[in-house]
Amino acid sequence: MHSAHDTAFTPFLADEAETLSMGGQLAAALVPGMVIFLEGDLGAGKTTLTRGILRGLGFTGRVKSPTYTLVEPYTVSNLYLYHFDLYRFSDPSEWEDAGFRDYFNRDSVCLIEWADKAEGLLPAPDWLIRLEPEADGRRLHLTALTQNGTQCLARLAR
Amino acid sequence: MLVLGIESSCDETGIALYDTDTGLLAHRLHSQIAMHTEYGGVVPELASRDHIRRVLPLTETCLAEAGKAIADVDAIAYTEGPGLAGALLVGASVANALGFALQKPVVGVHHLEGHLLSPLLAEPAPQFPFIALLVSGGHTQLMAVRGIGQYELLGETVDDAAGEAFDKSAKLLGLSYPGGPQVSKLADTGDATRFKLPRPMLHSGDLDFSFSGLKTAVLNLVKKEQQEDGTLDDATRADVCAAFQEAIVDVLTRKCLAALKQTGMKRLVIAGGVGANRQLRAGLDDAAKRRRFEVFYPPLALCTDNGAMIAFAGAMRLKYAAADYQFGVKPRWDLASLPAA
Repeated sequence: MHSAHDTAFTPFLADEAETLSMGGQLAAALVPGMVIFLEGDLGAGKTTLTRGILRGLGFTGRVKSPTYTLVEPYTVSNLYLYHFDLYRFSDPSEWEDAGFRDYFNRDSVCLIEWADKAEGLLPAPDWLIRLEPEADGRRLHLTALTQNGTQCLARLAR
Repeated sequence: MLVLGIESSCDETGIALYDTDTGLLAHRLHSQIAMHTEYGGVVPELASRDHIRRVLPLTETCLAEAGKAIADVDAIAYTEGPGLAGALLVGASVANALGFALQKPVVGVHHLEGHLLSPLLAEPAPQFPFIALLVSGGHTQLMAVRGIGQYELLGETVDDAAGEAFDKSAKLLGLSYPGGPQVSKLADTGDATRFKLPRPMLHSGDLDFSFSGLKTAVLNLVKKEQQEDGTLDDATRADVCAAFQEAIVDVLTRKCLAALKQTGMKRLVIAGGVGANRQLRAGLDDAAKRRRFEVFYPPLALCTDNGAMIAFAGAMRLKYAAADYQFGVKPRWDLASLPAA
C-alpha cells in the first residue's frame, strides 16, 4: 500500500463506521509524544475519528466533544491522549494563558482541532489530518510532516 | 451561618450570600455573553481574566445588598470543579485568600451538585427524590437525586451537549453567537413538518443522548437547500430551525419520561440554560398532565451557572469546610465520587 517514504495517505471513508474503523487503524500507528492536527469543518467527522482512535487504543468510555471544555484528557494504558478543541479561541495568546503547553510531553499524544486558532504557538505537528466531504462520505488526507510522522505513517502500511 | 458562594467554572462569574436560617440574601451574576458576542464564541482567556476583574466588585455588591459586612461571613464556598482550570483557579484562590484573611473555613463545591440542588432554592421546592435533567451548552445529563450527595447518573450525552448542538447548528445556519435562543425564535415562525431530522438514540433502550449526528444532518440539509450564493432563504431557514428544535425537544422529553418510568419517581426538575426553551417546557407540561407527574423549572437565574447554587451547596456541606487554606481545582471530577452530606 505504501512505502516507508510515503508522506501522504488519502483513504475514502464512506460512513461513520468506516471513519471509526480508520481511527482504529491510525491508533495502531501512534507513538507517545506525537502531535496531530485535525482539520475539517463543523460536521466533518473530527470527533468521530477521534472516537475511533481512542477505541483503537482500548478506551471504552465516552468520547465527548471538547468544544465546551476545550480539552478532554484520556488515559489509556501507558499513554495520555489529550483531545483539544480550540474552536472558541479568538486569539492565539489564549493558548499560553490556558496553560496548555504543559500537556505536551513524551508520554502524551496531543490531538488538536482548530489548531489554526493558536497559530505559531503550537509545536510542529507530526501528522496533519484533514477531513473533507466527498460524495456522500469523506476523504481523509493525512500528511506526515516530520520524520517521526513519516515513520508512524509507514507503520500503517504493515 | 452566613455562606459566601463563588462560582467561576466557565463563562459566568457568580457571587451569592446564603444564610442557613433565612435563606438566600443576595446573588449577582456577571454574564460574559455580551463580551463574547463580538468574538463569535465564549473566549476562555477573556473569561478567566474577567473573573479576576469581577469577583471582588460583585462580592461587595452582594454584601451591600444584604446589609452585611465581609466580617459577618462565616464560611466561604467556591466551585472546585469541574470546569476550565484557569477559571476555577480564580474562584479557588479568592475564596482561600478571603478565608485566610477572615480566619473562616472554606469548602470546595462540585459545580454539578450546585445545579442539582439549585431547585431547592426556588418556591415551590421539589421534595426528594426527583429526576433532574441538566441541559445546557456543556451538559446533557439525566440524574436521579435521592438526597444531598446521593446522585445516580442515569444517562448523558455521548458526544455533543444539547445546547452545543443548538449553537453549532445556529452557526451552520449563519446565525450569530449564542445561536440557541435565535434558533428557537426562528423555529416559532417555521414549519416543523417540511423537513424530517433524525431523533438520535431515541430507541437506544438506555437514557443516553447523542446530538452530534443531528448537527451533521443539519449540515447536509443546509447544503441541499442552499441557494446559489450559499445562503438559505428566510422561510427555509425557519423551517430547518423548527425541525431541529422539534427533534431535540422530542428526544429530551421522551428520555425524561423514560427516566421517570424506570425509577418510578414522580418529580422532574429541569436545570440548565436549555431549560428556558419554550417548546421544551410546553412538551413537558403537556406530558406531566397526561402522565401525572410534577415538573419544576427553577427561575432562569438559578438555571444558568450562578453563585447562589454554590453558596447553597456549600452550606449543605459545611462539615467538610476546612481552615487549612490548601487548595487545588478539579477540572474533571466525577459527581458519583462525592460523599453523602
